[in-house]
Amino acid sequence: MSAPAIVGRREFIRVGAAVGGGLLVSLYAPLPGGASEAWAADEKNFPLNAFVRIGTDETVTVIAAHSEMGQGVYTSLPMLLNEELEADWSRIRVESAPVDKVYNHPVFGMQMTGGSTTSPAEWERYRKMGAMARTMLMQAAAKQWNVDVSSCRAEKGVVIHAASGRRATYGSLANAAAQLTPPAEVSLKPAKSFTLIGKPTRRLDTPSKTNGSAQFGLDVSVPGMLTAVVLRPPVFGGKVTKLDATEALKVPGVKAVEQVPSGIAVIAQGFWPAKLGRDKLVVTWDPGPNAGLSTNQMLADFRELAKTPGNIAKKTGDPAGALKSAAKTITAEYDVPYLAHAMMEPLNCVVDLRADSCEIWTGTQFQTVDRASAAKVAGLPPEKVQIHTTLLGGGFGRRANPASDFVVEAVQVAKVAKAPVKVVWTREDDLRGGWYRPMWHDRFEAGLDSSGNPVAWTHTIVGQSIMQGTLFEGMMIKDGVDGTSVEGAADLIYGVPNLQVDLHSPKIGVPVQWWRSVGHSHTGFSVEAFLDEVAHAGGKDPYELRRALLASQPRMLAVLDLAAHKANWGATLAAGVGRGIAAHFSFDSYVAQVIEASVEKGGVARVHRVVCAVDCGQTINPDTVIAQMEGGIIFGLTAALKNEITLKDGKVVQSNFHDYQMLRIYEAPKIEVYIVPSSANPTGVGEPGVPPVAPALVNALFAVTGKRIRRLPIRPSDLA
Amino acid sequence: MTSFFVNGKAVHVDVDPSTPLLWVLRDSLEMTGTKFGCGMALCGACTVHLDGKAIRSCVAPVSRAEGKHVTTIEGLSENLTHPLQKAWIEMDVPQCGYCQSGQIMSAAVLLAENSKPTDQDIDDAMGGNICRCGTYPRIRRAIHRAAELAGQRSAK
Amino acid sequence: MIKFPPRKKFSRWKTRKFGLRMLVSGTAVFALGAAAAFLVTSLHARARAEKPAAASRAAFLQVYRVLTSPRCQNCHPAGDSPLQGDDSHVHLQNVKRGVDGHGKYGMRCDTCHQKANLPGEHMPPGNPKWGLPAPELKMVFVGRRAGELCRQIKDPKQNGRRSLEELFHHVADDDLVGWGWNPGDGRALPPLSRPDTVAQMRIWIDGGAACPE
Repeated sequence: MSAPAIVGRREFIRVGAAVGGGLLVSLYAPLPGGASEAWAADEKNFPLNAFVRIGTDETVTVIAAHSEMGQGVYTSLPMLLNEELEADWSRIRVESAPVDKVYNHPVFGMQMTGGSTTSPAEWERYRKMGAMARTMLMQAAAKQWNVDVSSCRAEKGVVIHAASGRRATYGSLANAAAQLTPPAEVSLKPAKSFTLIGKPTRRLDTPSKTNGSAQFGLDVSVPGMLTAVVLRPPVFGGKVTKLDATEALKVPGVKAVEQVPSGIAVIAQGFWPAKLGRDKLVVTWDPGPNAGLSTNQMLADFRELAKTPGNIAKKTGDPAGALKSAAKTITAEYDVPYLAHAMMEPLNCVVDLRADSCEIWTGTQFQTVDRASAAKVAGLPPEKVQIHTTLLGGGFGRRANPASDFVVEAVQVAKVAKAPVKVVWTREDDLRGGWYRPMWHDRFEAGLDSSGNPVAWTHTIVGQSIMQGTLFEGMMIKDGVDGTSVEGAADLIYGVPNLQVDLHSPKIGVPVQWWRSVGHSHTGFSVEAFLDEVAHAGGKDPYELRRALLASQPRMLAVLDLAAHKANWGATLAAGVGRGIAAHFSFDSYVAQVIEASVEKGGVARVHRVVCAVDCGQTINPDTVIAQMEGGIIFGLTAALKNEITLKDGKVVQSNFHDYQMLRIYEAPKIEVYIVPSSANPTGVGEPGVPPVAPALVNALFAVTGKRIRRLPIRPSDLA
Repeated sequence: MTSFFVNGKAVHVDVDPSTPLLWVLRDSLEMTGTKFGCGMALCGACTVHLDGKAIRSCVAPVSRAEGKHVTTIEGLSENLTHPLQKAWIEMDVPQCGYCQSGQIMSAAVLLAENSKPTDQDIDDAMGGNICRCGTYPRIRRAIHRAAELAGQRSAK
Repeated sequence: MIKFPPRKKFSRWKTRKFGLRMLVSGTAVFALGAAAAFLVTSLHARARAEKPAAASRAAFLQVYRVLTSPRCQNCHPAGDSPLQGDDSHVHLQNVKRGVDGHGKYGMRCDTCHQKANLPGEHMPPGNPKWGLPAPELKMVFVGRRAGELCRQIKDPKQNGRRSLEELFHHVADDDLVGWGWNPGDGRALPPLSRPDTVAQMRIWIDGGAACPE
């Protein structure tokens, strides 16, 4: 997939209210005047709406309103569209959308990719766009042949009039179709007629990802471009007090050293001289207010905070009373660390800033916000800023930064570079650059009745709010509670009658944001690990207890049962191997996992097998669902077994893959994924595979060793 | 001036001989199929072949390539015909795809030396290549499949 | 230290009356004395020989500290993977010895290690001969007690058919061995400098290459 061509502005917005609710498809049609105006430079391609254009050479280009970061939307979106369009699948190509409000996320109202929402959000829209385009092509043919459109059908890119045997390809009809008034409404196929949706389909972007031709942000080059690396403060919030760039400027290829708000930019001809130049900077920093930050201190502080009541996120029944009268109570506390996203492609951004325009190339998940932020820094109206979204070498949420940090910084560098510039982050920059998944402390108390059933459950959460201080604050923080801090906890899926969840949101100078599965990445762990302890305390099998508590959650129960059944829960395992189970509902999808693990010499945990069951409604591309579960599991295992970002004297300790290690192929377990068949609307799969992994693993390790692990990452000393 | 061959073509680059080969490929020669992931030979994204052997181009100075043959992902085959590429496509291995150039180049050395690799061989050959998206199960299956395809091809 | 009995003093018998008896006794005494003298002489000789042997053993214990420091022992592991770091953890990335000590498939030593060290902490160190001993001649240092290692490195069957002098030159002059004292940023040096290590090797060998128990 090549970089998107720079096309002229497309005016796709038509002002008008939707009639009778639902998606007004004509909102996405070109303005009157049609194709010839919008495509003056290209008479071989005709947009029938904002999402598809037909070429006279029979290629069909689908415009993707969401970013491809591995989750497969560059295939699933065309599948949705073509299910209705009925073009020849082998002719389909994909292009990323420019930034335009027509491409706003149907639910969030801005152009973005995240929250595992692309499938549910586009389920209707992309199919309707395909249907609209097909309708116009058929109408064009019918008009040409002077027949009724209802006597025509569309098949593999051809409109056919059976009675006369006449045929016309989409390419031959495209121009005429583009001249027609688009239909106001379209109807969609019933599910039983699907030929694409729900069928395993080979991804359209795979070939280019196997021969080096796929273009990521880091691969972009524009004429006259310089490359910059930025030296950022070692302590968050620090400032430069002294800078000596003499030696840096002597490095051949270095063009300039300039201060920007986020640090010091070394601008050069190519990455290597920029990096060598940066190594030669002599800088004195005023570390600022965060110089004393230390993980050990924060762990202690969080523990103390958890002893006091926080802001109530949820309260049902009388938790305090129920605890008092319980036959047995148990308590446990859990800690998880800051985590970096560590996308394989380090952050980067190319900016070509002119007096009256700003063009940006980057892999971003957050186009509308980035454009607005960039425009502000550039001193231009947003319409003068265009972002070309490339493929993303991993996102995991980092590339949807609420402050558009890496884009804003690149515009600032472009300003001082006075030339097109690519800002490149090294791996050290990435791991030390902040914007982490927060560290969390979770404190539970549960009360059990005399039969060992949990009747009271209190959960105090301590951790930074990721929404506080962002443009989403007003929307996401209510009564002092950031909804993302308590998701998976306040909306506990298990039927416990007396439930209380409260929250402390300490303000700490470490920048934080969402990370794959967001709040569920910590509540999934702590809730499912604690539930295991509750089961044990009550003398119950962890699977059976969950079954009982999910009596009113049939979809979660079905997923749990499927995982347990496929994993042969209860059957004898080899000596030294234990099983753990976990179930979690997140982003509207239901996932349960059973993990088999053992402990090797020295306390090293070894994961043998993961059985995963998922209900995500109607699948679009089931192979992608499997891939996202596999990927989410490995992502979650990596965090559980290996990762923490820690601070000492204000500085981040870790810097590269030697001390922020990744799971590798020889450590990856066998993974089996089972999808629950469903005709419910699709729900997302990018994130839901992550939360159950860590708890299923620690529960399995308990089964082997009798030791409870309440702090991640798992350490050999926990098990030796 | 350092002179060597890239995918069969003679190149001459006027850069400091200690410049890592990766940045000569990406910046000087504008061949961006080989990727940057860590700069410390910890992730494998930068893997290319030097006279048929895998090297991490992010730490190999370009001087090491003097007079030698470098093969990058772009030169692995004409038109996606390498058995690994075919297997990768058949099984939809890549997700984001950023690590895959390096994965394939490492796997290519494995298959060149071992036409029927076991899972242990795969563990031994591929431990240097990180995939953040977690495509390891598919990489493993695709290497086995590629070995099958290569076997069929040579049987013809 | 070996104690030997004190010298015996010989006193003269004063009376002749006991002449023959004296002669017999004297002969007996002389014989005993001679035996004693012989005993003493051989103990002395042993002591003289013990001094250099003790010194030799002591010198080896110094060399042993170097051989079992991370810079040397990390590439003389018992298992199939090299070790790395000052804490001698197992080398990351599942690196293996291979059939020739230089790795396997696309994970050869020189896949990552160059001909010279690269600047920066945790960057791959380098040497043209980077690698492990081959599996048939592992030359394991890790986990060896001093006596074991001493006997092992002397044994031509286990040391690559080296004589003591060749062993000496290996430690004194070999380029890969020398890397241990020029290991790149952030790596602790061996406890003795190379010249001091070489000097101890010399004492060890000159003193008979004695090994601790």
